[in-house]
Amino acid sequence: MAVERVAAHDRAAFLRRADHRLLRVGALVGLLVLWEALTRVGWIPALFLPSPLGVIRELGEMAASGQLLVHLEASLRRLLLGFAFGAVAGVAVGVVTGFFSRAEAVGQPLIAATFPIPKIALLPLLILWLGLGEPSKVAVIALGVFFPMAINTYAGVREADPLLVRAAVAFGAGRWSVIRKVILPSALPMIFAGLKLGAGTALLLLVAAEMIAADSGIGFLVLHAGNIMDTTKLMVGIVCLSLLGVLSHWLLTRGERLAVPWRHTS
Amino acid sequence: MLCPARMRVIVDGLSKTYRDRSGQDVVALDGIGLTVEPEEFVAILGPSGCGKSTLLNIVGGLLGATEGEVLFEGARPAGQPLTATVFQEFALFPWRTARGNVEFGLEELGLPAAERRDRATRFIAMTGLEGFEGKYPHQLSGGMRQRVGIARALAVEPAVLLMDEPFSALDAQTRTLMMEELLGIWERTRTSILYVTHNIQEAVYMADRVVVLSRRPGRVLEVVPVELKRPRHEGQMGEPGFVQASERIWGLIKSQAQAALVEERR
Repeated sequence: MAVERVAAHDRAAFLRRADHRLLRVGALVGLLVLWEALTRVGWIPALFLPSPLGVIRELGEMAASGQLLVHLEASLRRLLLGFAFGAVAGVAVGVVTGFFSRAEAVGQPLIAATFPIPKIALLPLLILWLGLGEPSKVAVIALGVFFPMAINTYAGVREADPLLVRAAVAFGAGRWSVIRKVILPSALPMIFAGLKLGAGTALLLLVAAEMIAADSGIGFLVLHAGNIMDTTKLMVGIVCLSLLGVLSHWLLTRGERLAVPWRHTS
Repeated sequence: MLCPARMRVIVDGLSKTYRDRSGQDVVALDGIGLTVEPEEFVAILGPSGCGKSTLLNIVGGLLGATEGEVLFEGARPAGQPLTATVFQEFALFPWRTARGNVEFGLEELGLPAAERRDRATRFIAMTGLEGFEGKYPHQLSGGMRQRVGIARALAVEPAVLLMDEPFSALDAQTRTLMMEELLGIWERTRTSILYVTHNIQEAVYMADRVVVLSRRPGRVLEVVPVELKRPRHEGQMGEPGFVQASERIWGLIKSQAQAALVEERR
């Protein structure tokens, strides 16, 4: 047998993941630069793809003239109202069906049966019931937010640690105390996950509703700009929508850190 | 400070039968009789599967008995609960700080905020938690977490303190320190304690009497008195009284523990 002298070496090195911060920023900036370059060279006509700088310039002009603000305000109002109604109703239904077995027996099949319906398909019905005005748009957004909220809250309630519930009861907590002091805080992370899902759905439904029946809002702006082949304006609308999406996600993440401090303090 | 409750706990002919997953009736407890006198420290000891936690849950009002009853007899100042429990897995509310956890039972008792603060402060000091009041459970070590569990239970000033293997989730060194500390606290408060454990040394070191239970069905095999002077200290572990009681108990449960070893997974 040969006598050896071998050093141990780290064979798991390739499993370690670095952050690559520069690469992250670089990818984003690179895409924009490539896009700008392609439009400058003239390979792609501005009608199909306006240049990023052009879109920014247009955005500035529309903001200055107040035109953008009108649409943004209309959209935000619908979004916030629908989101609020849907979230509150969803959390309430989720808690009740998660906690009370009778409510679960009634609610779960109903939710399972209605959840798969694409909510935008209900807009004509909602317009018939509530009219062409704001209520039908708010309602369709609320419906879209309601389902992910109810389902997530229900799951969060069901996942509450039975040991903690028993501990609360051992210290004299009744039904409402248990719900308020154990079930709701346990479900908070799931509720926030639901809010993030709901925010995406709300944005989708907002645009759809505004494209179908509205004369204001970002959705209307995008559709209208498309109809008159003003692609730059169209892109401004899309940029606004993506900013709305990023902003709502950021706000909800911040909100979660504030509301669930025990998960974020080390 | 309120005068402490002086109550005797009488467990009389207690039986518990439950149905397991295969639909068979399992007798967990069979005709258990025992008493805990005011200011007494009683340990319940038995091999795994003797239903000792079940017994504690019934005494704590978290589970119904099939037969027999648990009585609390004696004088109790208004507003003081019969029992408070210290759980094996701590069962602290992760969304509450140490202080928030200690105040939980006081909230459920309906005490005004100022009194809650005062009482919590007192028991935080007693359990050596000063300086950690604002920490969340996940920021605390196992030993500190269980101090919070003990402070939370003592703060409601129960007639009897129920402890369900409170130190079995801790490492050996921490456990020894916590036992000493618990004895110190008990010397000061003189709250009667019903202490469930499977650790003979722990039971003999701390208790006035050790109730030895048999394996399924759980029956009282013998009540072994511990003749050791108080206040107790580690040095007594070599004394004849300690050794005799330990050997007596091991003699009672050895064959049962062996049977449990073979039959553990069913």
